Amino acid sequence: MKARVFVTLKPGVLDPQGKAIHHALEGLGFGGVNDVRAGKLIELDLADGTSDDEIAEMCRKLLANTVIENFKIERQGAPAAADA
Amino acid sequence: MRAAVIVFPGSNCDRDLAVAIGQATGKSPAMVWHRETALPDGTDLIAIPGGFSYGDYLRSGAMAARSPIMQAVVQAAGKGVPVLGICNGFQVLTEAGLLPGALMRNAGLHFVCRPVGLKVENSQSIFTSAYRSGEDITIPVAHHDGNYQADAETLDRLEGEGRVAFRYTEEVNGSARSIAGLINDGGNVLGMMPHPSARSSLLMATQTADACSKACSKQSRSFPALRRRVRCLCKA
Repeated sequence: MKARVFVTLKPGVLDPQGKAIHHALEGLGFGGVNDVRAGKLIELDLADGTSDDEIAEMCRKLLANTVIENFKIERQGAPAAADA
Repeated sequence: MRAAVIVFPGSNCDRDLAVAIGQATGKSPAMVWHRETALPDGTDLIAIPGGFSYGDYLRSGAMAARSPIMQAVVQAAGKGVPVLGICNGFQVLTEAGLLPGALMRNAGLHFVCRPVGLKVENSQSIFTSAYRSGEDITIPVAHHDGNYQADAETLDRLEGEGRVAFRYTEEVNGSARSIAGLINDGGNVLGMMPHPSARSSLLMATQTADACSKACSKQSRSFPALRRRVRCLCKA
């Protein structure tokens, strides 16, 4: 069983990397980019039966720093199962 | 004093810190590997050094904060044992929940490596009592992720409780309210981005730092002299 965890900076948290990517896109001549936010995608290969709660606990304890980041869990082939 | 320096894979200021602690206390600290589950008996100072623990994977300090020895560090901190985290050590302390907030990528995106001006905000703590409040000091920084952030409520509380130990007196990394060093609510945990251990000998202090920045910025002819000097230091 596979799950994907998306870790993103909370709204309002300054994202210097996103800003740099934004500038680089503009430098390449891409117009119309209003904003860029960079995050992480973590793919987990899990034992069958791993619960959503367990995955969320992994996110809270390690995969995301909930001071500055949000996470979203997506089981493969299924819609978002849990948000925080 | 029985100090312990915690060593993670990727720590690179552990030996500097051990030398500085040895000079300050007259006794070499125990070097404690991250896989240990207990601190040496009677440890009365825990120091977490700078570096790039676990290659800064996931987030700076994130993996180190979950390594086996950190449970013992968190326990000891709860009992009032002083804990000092420098640079990556500060990042580890925030990730371990011993200090609030988080250290993010420098606002300018550059790795910043130079002596910076600091103001001592709190001279009442066990770590800063040799300073005067408001004193201006210079300590080198060397970091990529030193941009301290916390929500406004937390920042107000930290300032209100006098828990900001040091503030930058110049723009360095975009830190909220120019915070360079923080103390926990118990007063026994200090995290700071600048490296005081990098000022522990005259040779390593401003001369080398100044020479280093000149050599780096202008590739001046002083570089061979600097190299000789660093070699001497390594042999000493």
